[in-house]
Amino acid sequence: MAQGAEATLDIRRLVGRWSLRAASHAGRFTFLMADMVRGLAEWRIYLPRTFEQAMSIGYGSLFIVLLVAGFTGAVTSLQAGYQFTGSVPLYIYGTVIAESVILELGPVLTGLILAGRVGARYAAELGTMRVTEQIDALESLGRSPVSHLILPRVLAGMMVIPALTMFANVTGFVTGWLAAKSSIGITNADFIFGARYYFRPFDLWYSMIKATFFAGAVTMIPCYIGYNTQQGAEGVGRATTLAVVAASVTILLLDTVLAKLLLHN
Amino acid sequence: MIELRKVSKRFVDHVVLDQVDLLVEDGQTVALLGPSGVGKSVLLKHIIGLIKPDKGEVLVDGLHVAALKRKELAELRGKIGYVFQNGALFDSMDVTENIRLGITDQACSADDAYCTNRVTECLRLVNLLPEVGLKYPAELSGGMRKRVGIARAIAGKPKYLLYDEPTSGLDPMNADVIDALIERLQEELGVTSVVVSHDVRGSFRVADKVALLWQAKIRAVGTPEEILASRDPAVQQFLERDLEMAVIQSESEGGGA
Repeated sequence: MAQGAEATLDIRRLVGRWSLRAASHAGRFTFLMADMVRGLAEWRIYLPRTFEQAMSIGYGSLFIVLLVAGFTGAVTSLQAGYQFTGSVPLYIYGTVIAESVILELGPVLTGLILAGRVGARYAAELGTMRVTEQIDALESLGRSPVSHLILPRVLAGMMVIPALTMFANVTGFVTGWLAAKSSIGITNADFIFGARYYFRPFDLWYSMIKATFFAGAVTMIPCYIGYNTQQGAEGVGRATTLAVVAASVTILLLDTVLAKLLLHN
Repeated sequence: MIELRKVSKRFVDHVVLDQVDLLVEDGQTVALLGPSGVGKSVLLKHIIGLIKPDKGEVLVDGLHVAALKRKELAELRGKIGYVFQNGALFDSMDVTENIRLGITDQACSADDAYCTNRVTECLRLVNLLPEVGLKYPAELSGGMRKRVGIARAIAGKPKYLLYDEPTSGLDPMNADVIDALIERLQEELGVTSVVVSHDVRGSFRVADKVALLWQAKIRAVGTPEEILASRDPAVQQFLERDLEMAVIQSESEGGGA
């Protein structure tokens, strides 16, 4: 009996501790967001650094994003060919590839790749700056770490990630088209007809909206985690891993929520 | 003037500062001594507002640091130069850019000619050649990094200078160079300084007043002579241990020569 009561108490304590921790993170994240909004007025500080960051993450990520999108488009096409051969008209392949790449694969895979590439980099950079007191040094000089470090990174991501997603969409579509031509012998006319038949201009907007939300997750979460890093090199390692995991999970959650909100209303 | 009134700070269950009082008069250099991990750096961070006290007040220039608004705090920090323990130089910037970031006055920091001259002047003040300005922090030795950290801290012509363990991790010769530098800056710039250290010999050399932080409290305050003459067992224990080390070091230096 006593053991049962103790176990219940332990679970309550655990839940209480986790709730407090979650509330503390939510509070600090909200304050960081508020600081970012306030920092928007200091454009002279963050704008030049934003372009530097945008160039760096844009060029640096382009190859891997296009590589993954290219293979994904081709594989989607080959698998669709394997599943549907003979059962549906050929033009449907154009529909399947265009819609799956634009609505889902382009934005989600780009988001996940960048969560690993950009998110890890942001968390590690800011985490290292925190544990080596560089962020404290910036504050001690009366300068805002948000305007100098966080805003440029977030804004660069918000600019570059939707653009990379569009490049990924185009690449996935083209490789899917080429793979369909070579595997099931679909004509260009049939493929384009299928791609246009079910296409709605909103699909591209939907892809862009998703990419923008994912950009927020890929930049803000790692920046927040890196900015609040503690306990030396081990802390930086932990922050980097946590940033990638948290950004990836948030992307998947946002993917579901946005599909429900934007496609089923 | 810097004044701490009954400042208390705890991290979870660990009491770091307990009702700490400290007064640093204008133009004075106060050395804050104490064993490693006792909370000296925490106290220093209270002065510049990087940490807020749980209880008590920190006053700098008559302003209640913890109660200042963001802009007011930034203005106050413009009057304070902070020398971090490991330099805390920005890795991605060269030495010139690092020092330039220390020029906190907006009008001056926008003037390229002024900034170039000021960077050169600060490098000269810390005995570094202008060519060092082109190097990145990773290319500098520990002593040079500390000196660049000092150059960055003085670039904004501060009224107050806070040094966090300026000689830790340095060999005795480099530590002497840094101590001499602190003395010289004090004479040339006339700033009010707080030097956090556990190096007794160096602190006694640069300080007008010495305070010993011991078990979360200020255990003793006075001139170096008063501290040396103190009968307090904690003070004597701390001084003996450190001065013994200094004797051992000087003997080994003498033996080596």
